[in-house]
Amino acid sequence: MPKVTIDGQMIEVPDGTTILQAARMIGGPIVPPAMCYYSSLKTSGGYCRTCIVKVSKGSEKDPRPMPKPVASCRTTVMDGMEVQNITSPEVVEARKGVVEFLLLNHPLDCPICDQAGECHLQDLAYEHGLSKTRYEFERRTFEKIDIGEKIKLHMTRCILCYRCVKVADQVTNKRVHGVMNRGDVAEISTYIQHAVDNDFSGNMIDVCPVGALTDRTFRFQSRIWNVNPMDAHRDCKTCSGKVTLWMKGNDVARVSARKDKYGEVIDWICNDCRFEKKDAHDWQMDGPTNIERHSVISQNHYSLKEPAHKPLLNTLYTAPADRQLNSNN
Amino acid sequence: MQSLTNRSKVVVKKEMTFSERIYLPAILGGLRITLKHLFKKKATIQYPEVKREMAGIYRGQHVLKRDENGAERCTACGLCAVACPAEAITMTAAERSKGDEKLYREEKYAKVYEINMLRCIFCGLCEEACPKEAIFLTDRIVPTDFKRGEFIYGKDKLVEGVNNRVDVSIRQTTSVAEFKQVPNLQHNRLSN
Repeated sequence: MPKVTIDGQMIEVPDGTTILQAARMIGGPIVPPAMCYYSSLKTSGGYCRTCIVKVSKGSEKDPRPMPKPVASCRTTVMDGMEVQNITSPEVVEARKGVVEFLLLNHPLDCPICDQAGECHLQDLAYEHGLSKTRYEFERRTFEKIDIGEKIKLHMTRCILCYRCVKVADQVTNKRVHGVMNRGDVAEISTYIQHAVDNDFSGNMIDVCPVGALTDRTFRFQSRIWNVNPMDAHRDCKTCSGKVTLWMKGNDVARVSARKDKYGEVIDWICNDCRFEKKDAHDWQMDGPTNIERHSVISQNHYSLKEPAHKPLLNTLYTAPADRQLNSNN
Repeated sequence: MQSLTNRSKVVVKKEMTFSERIYLPAILGGLRITLKHLFKKKATIQYPEVKREMAGIYRGQHVLKRDENGAERCTACGLCAVACPAEAITMTAAERSKGDEKLYREEKYAKVYEINMLRCIFCGLCEEACPKEAIFLTDRIVPTDFKRGEFIYGKDKLVEGVNNRVDVSIRQTTSVAEFKQVPNLQHNRLSN
């Protein structure tokens, strides 16, 4: 069991754990942000470079530091490794550069985009980014495509994280879309606007960190902070049936999968639950979804977000690693 | 009874003098003041025939701007509504259909946009929140009415006329004005 120190906090983790996973076990502000890594998707990560950290000591046996910042989602820990994330100004500066690269071609259409308010790139840019761009050239643009009846693809907004491709490979049983071309002209595409209509294809919307893949049944219906998230479930033959309903009054505006605190889907849900069950009577309510107090989603909602019956003391005094497990159930 | 503070005073009722008792000097003094005011400049004006000059940055009735080609700037992003402390603004968004590019600047537009003028406190936070320079407060005063329903202003009252523009250039900050001069920024171009 290797011991790793991240920003001065030591943790013992199983063999083969990556730095990012170890940081998530510690939790708190030292967890590197990730745009392409997805814990439940195999071989994800390594594309976006937002999770870069500095390894100031390689291991107990070879204490030399690594020469350049490394992608924490792809680097496994070694015994005695020392990692710096937010304590290293070099990493913070490098991450700022990565954010600037991600935003090179990303359009400034947050006021139009349905993802605004729950967009990881928006959060990342707000936290690290510059308020002005230094890019002087035309941004790449693509036509908007309807892939299937329910999903809209805005390729212009895509940051090529490959998450949706991996969902199609690993969660659905047949992939009909992928990334065409290379480099600057790479784009997510299907075989000549082939409809993506698999039972689980809707999960592509949830894994998309930006607004490239959006729900057509919710398109421009409401801003995300004007709908109220509620946990609900139903008996579904194809999936777990555990979802988050985004309620507008008593109407279901949108159905999405439940997400953990890193914005990753806990249980994949099927398209039937996601797109067809838009009646509150289809669902059994479990109570309001926990939303971070400072998130824009909790704006203008006056109801008590924290369920009153939840024992507060237990949440405060559980070990950080356990707390992560608890938040997943 | 013991007083709570030490500030209480004993009131003495003084006996009035003879000149005070006949009241004439006091009445004449009052008449003098009244007469003086007859020849002074009037403090009031005859509104609405005469209107007072307003400061350029007076925060009065809102306007929803159109761009230089006459397309509505508002894209129904909802930031004004979420910034509004009085929750006076509501809106419904819709997708622009093909052929409406001249009417609406962006792909999404406000199908319904309502400001409840009874709720509005004219703080100007909506204008500050707007990323599209669409909503501005103007130096116009919201007129009175007899019915409460009339104070819910829809797009018919808020959007400026194509040939009847409302000048808000005085309200724009210099940084915004400079930003608008950069032609290759997407913000300053018409989207397709």
